[in-house]
Parts: sequence; C-alpha cells; structure tokens
Amino acid sequence: MTKLFEAPLYPYRPSPDEDAPAPVRHPVVVIGAGPVGLAMAIDLAQADIPVVILDDNDKVSVGSRAICFSKRTLEIFDRLGCGEEMVDKGVVWNLGKVFFGDRQVYNFNLLPEDGHKQPAFINLQQYYCELYLVERIRAMQAQGKPVEIRGGNRVENLHRYEDHTLVTIETPEGAYNLEADWLIACDGAGSPTRRMLDLDFVGRVFEDNFLIADVIMKADFPTERWFWFDPPFNKDQSALLHKQPDGVWRIDLQLGWDIDKEKEKKPENVIPRLKQMLGEEVEFDLEWVSIYTFQCRRMETFRHGRVLFAGDSAHQVSPFGARGANSGFQDIDNLGWKLKLVLDGKAPETLLDSYAFEREHGADENILQSSRSTDFITPKSETSRIFRDAVLDLAEHYEFARPLVNSGRLSVPCTYDGSPLNGPDDASLPKRTRPGSTVADAPTGAGWLLDRLNGDFVVLGLGTDVPDRMEMSGISVIGITVDRDAIGQELRDRYLATAEAAVYLIRPDQHVAARWLEFDSDKIEAALATATGRSAP
Amino acid sequence: MTTNVTVPNLEEPDTFYADLLAAHEGLSKEESDAFNARLILLMANRIGNLEELKSLLAAAHRN
Repeated sequence: MTKLFEAPLYPYRPSPDEDAPAPVRHPVVVIGAGPVGLAMAIDLAQADIPVVILDDNDKVSVGSRAICFSKRTLEIFDRLGCGEEMVDKGVVWNLGKVFFGDRQVYNFNLLPEDGHKQPAFINLQQYYCELYLVERIRAMQAQGKPVEIRGGNRVENLHRYEDHTLVTIETPEGAYNLEADWLIACDGAGSPTRRMLDLDFVGRVFEDNFLIADVIMKADFPTERWFWFDPPFNKDQSALLHKQPDGVWRIDLQLGWDIDKEKEKKPENVIPRLKQMLGEEVEFDLEWVSIYTFQCRRMETFRHGRVLFAGDSAHQVSPFGARGANSGFQDIDNLGWKLKLVLDGKAPETLLDSYAFEREHGADENILQSSRSTDFITPKSETSRIFRDAVLDLAEHYEFARPLVNSGRLSVPCTYDGSPLNGPDDASLPKRTRPGSTVADAPTGAGWLLDRLNGDFVVLGLGTDVPDRMEMSGISVIGITVDRDAIGQELRDRYLATAEAAVYLIRPDQHVAARWLEFDSDKIEAALATATGRSAP
Repeated sequence: MTTNVTVPNLEEPDTFYADLLAAHEGLSKEESDAFNARLILLMANRIGNLEELKSLLAAAHRN
C-alpha cells in the first residue's frame, strides 16, 4: 500500500521563469511548502497577491510529526478555507490521564468553554494537514487565484538588495534565478535561508531527544491522552500516548541527550519498549519511527529588511504544549494582512516591524511556557526533582496540587499587550478581549462571530448601530451590528460585561485593535491609522 | 519588602516547632526532604498570594 506521504504531490515541472532572458520579478516568494509556508501562501493568494512557493521536495512530510492543532489554528484554517476538512478528519479529545512511575495520579477532562465553533484541540497527522492545505491551493488555482507551488526547486543562494532579493534555484533541469520583492522563509528549524544569510539563532538552549513512533493498534484503545512521568519503561524520562485518525497512535518517548540515535531507532530496540508501555497482550504494527531533537531558541528579529521569517525557521520550542506548528500559523496570520497593505501602498513598510515585534513577543511566551514544562518534566537538580515528585505525590491525593503538574501548557494565542498597533481601551469592558487579544468566538444570532470576520478590518457594534461599510484612507472597513436583543450570554460575557453597548475595531487577523463604549468614526479612523502603522497611538 | 511576612505570627511557637520535629522523626534523609517539599507546597497553597510568596522566598534567602 502506498502511504500518503510516499506519493509526489507537487512534482517538479519546468517553469517559464527558467527560460526567461532576465530573472522574473515576483511580489512574494515563500521558501518551504511545510504547513506554515502553505498557509502563508493561501492567505496571500486569497487576497489576490501573487505568490510562488519553492520547495526542494515534492511530497507531504513523512510520519505524523506535528499532531496537535489548537482551536486558534482551526480558526485560522477556517479563514483560509480549509478548517472543515481538518476537523472532519481529526480526532477530538478531552480526556487525559497522568501517570507517575507505575501508578495513575489523576485524570482530567479539558471541558472546553461552550460557545465556540471550534474544539479546543484536534489530533491530526501533519501529512493530512499539509495535504488539505495543498488541496486548498489546488482549488484556489482552479478559481484563478495567483498561487504556484514549485516542487523540486531548491534554493541555492540568496543575494539581498534594498528592494528585493535575488534567488538562485537548483532544479532537476538546471539552475535559474528569480527576484522577489518580499521573501518569506518558512523553511523549518534548520532553515537554509537563515544559514545562507548568516543570521543568528540564539536563546536559552537545552537539548533533548525524543523517540517518536506511529503505531497501528489492532484492538480498541481509549481516545485519551496518557502522559507518564518517570515510567518503569522509560526511567527518569517522560512518555506520551496520543490518538490520531486512521487508528494510528502516536507515542513520544523522551530519551535525554546522551544517546546513540541509530541504535535507539532500530525496531528490535523500539518494540520491546512499546510492549512494556502498552502491555504484552496489545498487538500493534510499527508504522514509522524517528528521533526528534529540539532546542528552545529564536532569531533575534524575524524581519531582515525584505526577508521575513515565520514558523520554526524563526523560533523553536520543546514539543510540550504543542506550541511549534500552532505558533507558526499565528505568525502567518499576523503577517499576511500587513504585507498586503504594504504591497498595496496603503501602509508603510515599517508596519512589518510590528510583525516582528508581535511575533517575537509570542515566541518569547511560547519559549517561556515550554521551558517551564521541560524543567518540570526533566528536573535539572536533585532539589527540583524532590519538588517535582512532591507535586505528583500530592496531586494523587489533593486537588490543590494538580494545577502545578506541568506536562505541557497547551498552546493558546498570544495577546499582543504593549503592541504599537494597539489603540484605545475602555477598562470597564472584559479583560479577555482587550486590545491585542484574539477575538473570542461566540454565537451572534447570525452565525459564529469568527465566521463573519473574513480578512478585512471590521467594526463590531454590539447593542449599537455601526455603518455597513466605511472607506478610511483607502482601506475598506466592514461594519457588523449585533442588535441588543440578539446579544446572547456568551457575547455579553466576552465583550460587554456590565456595559450596555460597545464598539470593537478588529484587525484582519481577528485581533482586537481598539474598543469604545460608543461609535465615533473619527476615533475609529485614528485607531485604524495606529493599527496600520501610519501614526503613533 | 519582607517586613509584613517576618513579624511574629505563630499562635504557639514552641508547640509548632516540636510538632515539626516530631513529624520528621523516624524518616530517612530522603523521606524528610520529600516531606519538607510537600509541606512547603501545602503551605504555599494556603498563602496563595503571589506577592506574599515572593516576599517569603526573598526572606528565606535573608536578602
């Protein structure tokens, strides 16, 4: 049987650019057709910005790799037109069990908050995520959207100029050059772009190895997340068991740093370990096994003139908390609309500095969270081990200790507190929807709120009328009014608290830019100027 | 900064001290270390307030 990740999905085809007498200029070139690069291209092409993706491969990634996709990621996929496919295929999970040594310490139910379209998390193999993104690109191409994936195109050299980058590409039929007004590097943790431009990748470094395996169970096994601290089958380390679609289970075994990778990867070493973990009587097939190494670090800045970095090329975290790929989608969500405004001449290039500011802030938050998880899971001193074990002991008996158990703090979107794009706030409104925060979904009486925010600036009037459309400095602002009698409990709790009415200015990436108690178009125009980098707040 | 967390507040200092020592009686060094860690976590939970906890950490460093 040919597996999904064995079939070429975007095989090399000669491009007319290869025979052009002079390098062809493109507005945007994305390097890397991984999940982040594909999503970036969809976002731009949806806004009619021509985009070319270059990748040296022609297939989806091998093995499950990133498997936990967060609610915010699914909301972004909804805006990109492929959220439904992901959720339909993915496994929704809520139940988790935590083990310490050979005993179960407690179990939990995620019990996600009601009144959101998307679930808290789904599990889905990365290759399915990539497949649905490629299928979305194919559907967009059929509608005439300007997006192209060039497989078998390996970037060999980059030369930066003030207003573009010259890209040298190697293909099976030889080399060619093209020029990119803007270059977006989504080429992963080992980013060749970063290396070719001789850029830093610094931060707190700690290193660890994980054996990751996909197994197909032959019998039923519960749809739960099982996490082990110091299990008998992996002494002094951690282990994770997670369900994926197609009856495939993902197993992560932490191995520590000083190991023989080739030896650990051999099936004769992997299978006995898995048997010890799953039980001798459980029958399974080993589908894929790999060793994954991580470090926690980020680039000092994500913008280098006309070259921008997104996803793992810009930042890397430990896998605890699913903060890798999920934060990459938040990167492109942040970058897409800003790049469009700059390309359309409606915002200054410096708006892109706010991409770096906001997403570096996000990366710092993710690195902090995942470093704390790593410190709990792998105690670095005798004293930290004593406290870790005390927490786990107490958690078995007392509820108070459970919030201290840290097997990964699951990815939530970052709030851009202190961003130069944030406008006025009204402190009487709920804190969770302050400027800089992601819009919290809620039913509006006419569909989900997030489904109604489709990539434009939006003025949301709650309990007060706002115009259906406003033109401000060449930017279209869509107005959505929710009448007082259509405001349900969720909208009230998330956006009004005790206020009778409120007006929110929402960015194209579904983040709150500013908010007031009443509509005033002058104030909105000023906040829009701030949110598009055209004036200081 | 540490004044309000270091003023005398124990109801019966001698009795508490004796109880604390008694609780460790018969424990190995390893068991005592684990006991202390559990006790610190229980006490921290009772205090709850982060600012106060930070003051206690600083006071324990005697700086």
